[in-house]
Amino acid sequence: MALLEIEDLRVEYRTLRGAVTALPGFSLTIGEGESVGLVGESGCGKTTLLMAMLRHLGPAGVITGGAIRFEGRDLAHASEADLAKVRGSRIAIVYQEPASALNPTMTIGAQLAEVPMQHQRLPRAAALARAAEVLADVHMPDPRAALSRYPHQLSGGQKQRVVIAMALLANPALLLLDEPTTGLDVTVEAAVIDLIGELRAKYRTALLYISHNLGLIARVADRVGVMYAGELVEEATAVEIFAAPRHPYTRGLLAAIPRPGASKETAALLPIPGTVPSLAHRPPGCGFAPRCAHFSPGLCDAGPVAMAGTEGHRVRCLRWAEVTAAPAPPSFHRAAPPTAALLESRDLCKIYRLPAGALKANDGLDFAALKGEVLAIVGESGSGKSTFARILTGLETATSGSLRFAGAEIANRTVHRRSAGEVAAIQMVFQNPDGTLNPSHAVGWALGRAVRKLGGLRDRAKIAARVEELLALVRLPASARHSRPRQLSGGQKQRIAIARAFAGQPEILVADEPVSALDVSVQAAVVNLLLAIQAERGSTMVLISHDLGLVRYLADHVVVMYLGRVMEAGPSAAIFAPPYHPYTEALLSAAPLPDPTHKPRRIRLEGEIPSPLNPPAGCRFASRCPRKLGTVCELTPPPLRETADGHLIFCHIPLERLRAVTPVFAPEMVEP
Amino acid sequence: MKPPFPARSAADAAAGAVARAAEQIDRPSPSLLARLPSSRIAMAGLCLILFWVLVALLAPVLPLPSPTAQDYLAMGHPGPSAAHLLGVDTLGRDTLARIVWGARIVLLVAPVSVVAAYAVGCAMGLLAGYCGGWVDLLISRLADIILAFPVVVLYVILIASVGASALNIVVAVILSSAPAISRIVRGITLGIVRKDFVAAAHLRRESALHIMLIEILPNCRGPLITDFCLRLGYTTIMIGTLGFLGLGIPPPAPDWGGMVQEATPMLIVFPLMALFPALALISLVLGFNLLADGLNELAQKD
Amino acid sequence: MVGLLLRRGAALLLTLVAASFLVFALTQFSPANVARETLGAYALPEQVHILSEKLHLQDPLVVRYVRWAEVLLGLRADPLDDPALGLHIHDPRGARYFGNFGYSTLFHEPVNDIIWSRLANTAVLAGIAFAVIVPLSMLLGILAGMRPGSRLDRVLSILSITMTSMPEYALGVILAAIFAVWLKVLPGTSPLAKGTGWPLASQFLLPVAVLALYDSGYVARMVRASMIEVLGKPYIRTALLKGLPRRRVILRHALRNAMITPFTVILLQINWLIGGVVVTETVFAYPGFGRMLLQASLFGDIALIEAATLVALFVAVVTQLLSDVGYWLLDPEARG
Repeated sequence: MALLEIEDLRVEYRTLRGAVTALPGFSLTIGEGESVGLVGESGCGKTTLLMAMLRHLGPAGVITGGAIRFEGRDLAHASEADLAKVRGSRIAIVYQEPASALNPTMTIGAQLAEVPMQHQRLPRAAALARAAEVLADVHMPDPRAALSRYPHQLSGGQKQRVVIAMALLANPALLLLDEPTTGLDVTVEAAVIDLIGELRAKYRTALLYISHNLGLIARVADRVGVMYAGELVEEATAVEIFAAPRHPYTRGLLAAIPRPGASKETAALLPIPGTVPSLAHRPPGCGFAPRCAHFSPGLCDAGPVAMAGTEGHRVRCLRWAEVTAAPAPPSFHRAAPPTAALLESRDLCKIYRLPAGALKANDGLDFAALKGEVLAIVGESGSGKSTFARILTGLETATSGSLRFAGAEIANRTVHRRSAGEVAAIQMVFQNPDGTLNPSHAVGWALGRAVRKLGGLRDRAKIAARVEELLALVRLPASARHSRPRQLSGGQKQRIAIARAFAGQPEILVADEPVSALDVSVQAAVVNLLLAIQAERGSTMVLISHDLGLVRYLADHVVVMYLGRVMEAGPSAAIFAPPYHPYTEALLSAAPLPDPTHKPRRIRLEGEIPSPLNPPAGCRFASRCPRKLGTVCELTPPPLRETADGHLIFCHIPLERLRAVTPVFAPEMVEP
Repeated sequence: MKPPFPARSAADAAAGAVARAAEQIDRPSPSLLARLPSSRIAMAGLCLILFWVLVALLAPVLPLPSPTAQDYLAMGHPGPSAAHLLGVDTLGRDTLARIVWGARIVLLVAPVSVVAAYAVGCAMGLLAGYCGGWVDLLISRLADIILAFPVVVLYVILIASVGASALNIVVAVILSSAPAISRIVRGITLGIVRKDFVAAAHLRRESALHIMLIEILPNCRGPLITDFCLRLGYTTIMIGTLGFLGLGIPPPAPDWGGMVQEATPMLIVFPLMALFPALALISLVLGFNLLADGLNELAQKD
Repeated sequence: MVGLLLRRGAALLLTLVAASFLVFALTQFSPANVARETLGAYALPEQVHILSEKLHLQDPLVVRYVRWAEVLLGLRADPLDDPALGLHIHDPRGARYFGNFGYSTLFHEPVNDIIWSRLANTAVLAGIAFAVIVPLSMLLGILAGMRPGSRLDRVLSILSITMTSMPEYALGVILAAIFAVWLKVLPGTSPLAKGTGWPLASQFLLPVAVLALYDSGYVARMVRASMIEVLGKPYIRTALLKGLPRRRVILRHALRNAMITPFTVILLQINWLIGGVVVTETVFAYPGFGRMLLQASLFGDIALIEAATLVALFVAVVTQLLSDVGYWLLDPEARG
């Protein structure tokens, strides 16, 4: 029986410049206790849908048609009083950013108690007791004490637990989850997902899970809908949609992310051309038509496309039956022959002296990067990977230790004390596309300045010519030089940033989470571009990332860091197969894969990452390690265990026992 | 029933999609100034300001008596008359002419002093925010000390001890406004210094001066536009206040605040004499404030 | 909390010292002035010269500042009090005591005999004005900020902008013209003296109105902006989508957060009022601190200026301390 039936819901935003349609006609059914996942990129109307369901669209948003049937009411036309009875009581939301979803000046207890006080008319004391119960259910450490805390006193993961507790307090029939783990670390994300699964069983709540992360949806949803430009373009069971996608967009999304276990030598990523259309510029007919390889003029752009397909697997495409899955294109990338080390880090340390104590951001880093390879540094927040990038690029100096680039010591020299050649040789691509370009200057200015300072050109005509070359290098038209950053999409900005880094002749390109802020469909284009340029120029890439799929795909060598120390290092293939460092094992098992049939061994880390101001004395990972041997781990720094193929593991557990675990991934997924 | 499709190779199809989805670069959204007409409040303010600017520009060609010429005959009946549309002041000088010529003074002194205060304030704020450390401490403490003074008290002491002149008014505005501007600029700078494009500039070995002036300063523009308008209005009030307290532009120059002061003792007998210059001042300040409010509202809509 | 108070207290003391030095440097720009002001306009140049010598006015500025500070702290006798100078200056409290601000050349009395009664008068005026400003501006700001863009918001916003666009002397003149000259219902001046024919209370109405109207507009706009900002925060959405009624969301969730920024602004109005009274008191001939400061400045009465600024700064600085403490109490994040 259907719990929620959304039928032909139409939502518009009325602005000064006219009305734009956010949802042109959305239909979705959720059964009691069912878990439905909605996948969509930014701007596809996910959040509008959630807010429309609770009629919280702001002054500009209007529901202009359709119905939202829920427990015998039509929420699209219900009175404010009826809505208030549903909100927070029958339908509750878990928000994307828990830090801003909580009121900073009210205690957790007061905020939680409001729910039973409002909906069950409980007195304050009883409401607080109930809040403590639910906090215990979400595994909040010391729930009684947490009631009197303020939000800023909790970690990100704990705040999300509080938000989940708040949503569950009234025992709702339907829980809406709006990107609930975005911004959390991988291991924390996995714990939150597990928690939601556990609570779902206990509270018998239906879930509507909204995310851009295909892997996450594959892990949590029974049934999956794919949204594009405000419409549902495909809907089927999770297994079906990931195994046999029908809509060209769904297929594109799956081809744009690295398949589990795939690497750059085995398969190329297939980007979807173009960008998600803005609401104001919706194409006539199929919304995906301008980016679709199977577009047929006169047909796809003729008028609105209805849902078709078969029972249980519906698809909004006129040509779904004829289009066949394109075979994964072969990779153009060949493994480079091993070369000499270009960058060598020896016992590199960076200590920040803070009022609260000494923060060891980097503590004895030892590793090397070969010429022309991709070295990935993996770790969660606080691991010190970004600090290393700052030292390498010369934005900061190390406290002690050595970092040699092409034989020259650079650890103790900032950019201003490096030679012009050294500065141009080490460049960086930053994480956030919105902050990477100066909004006050045109693209041509930014590139021209880089050409002048890094490429050493002085002549105006030569600079202009070089800027055009750089734009062509990143597949952008020469006219883009007149654009301001705010006119560009995230992917375009990131490509400009790559062009800027290649203005000189960089021998090392530091890429700090280069695609994590981009939509899935444009990530592939940027990854391909980075790889192509890096291979063509023979530069070394130092990739900093928490995305293990991407790392597996891109990296030749991997370094796993935790709290400023290296846990494990070695060739990429070796890192992703046993023997694992227990931390790497946990990371791998936490990483969501776009394959609902893949049930990784569950290895969950307890507690929070310790404060880097006060790390454990022995192994840094001891306080959370599921395989901890005993006090030896807490007190003695772990020995180095080394295998024949250059795979290094810092752990007290002997290699044989580290090797004797089942792989997190099935062997066929690891071996090409 | 499916319509027939022309057979096309996969490569053709892909190329077609790429061509259709070819790099769309959005057209620029119109700048703040271009959107100004959409705010009625801002336009009302702009009209008031432009009215006074026009009046000030046209002062020499308008058919008015000299602002310093005394009409002794009119002194007996200083109210509005055919010869003096807004009447005359206690010395028999034409009020309308003095208001019109006074607009020239206020519209010159206020913008010049605010621009000068901005130059000093931006420099202080950029240095404090960019350099941090003891430079920041020094500049911020200095700003705190000056901002601790009640503004009018600061003006009165300053002008009373160095003497009233247009130049000294400019200096007083710089002294009192620059610390406040520096605080705003410092705050914005602290936010921008952390941005990646500044790190990218460091990675090009740009000089500190380049980073402050070329990378950071242009991005302060947005928040500062509103403050600039508000400060113009506020400075106009201040100049008038000084005039009213007898510390303004020295007579016989027509100064709106001074005109109110001279007419105040006659308020019981000839209230209009003080009202006209007061209304002139209010309308100009209102113009600046309305424009600031409209700009602020437009900026928030982004 | 204690640490915060100590830190801020030390910073504020530093501010007082630095600012008083600044004022000292400004007013004693040319040392000869001091002797001339002391002796009056008819003194011969020789007399001025002799007095300058006796008072060591040729010493460097810093030395003279330290001497002045020593007199203030009671570590040194006021040199002007020396009968040998023949200035007939006498302070009944003695020549050497803590808080000795010196001798006013304008009023021919010790500063301490003049300043405190004026300050009390001003405190009454500013206190009433403050008591009007706070509720009025909060009401205007909250009502306008609750539904931004609504008709009520438009009306209240334009009203507030217009109020802030009226300088006190212009507003004073307009109100006096309307209520004192044409309607004749209120006195045009407020000398606080009996025998003017107006009851004492009525003498406060116009000055308070001038101070409150001008300032409330400004504060109301701050409150409105803060209210709008807070209502746009995600936690307000959280509260609404919990099913709480809108009124409760505004009272419990929005108001407290929306008051954090304006709280500081409101306390700063005390600082502003000290300056604001200069103009208002002058318009209405009110015997207060502000008018005294203006008279002293125009006359060049250095001891009185110096004392008045120090008092004004002290009030300003204590207000700042209060706003720090208030912020600390209002915002849990500041408490850590």
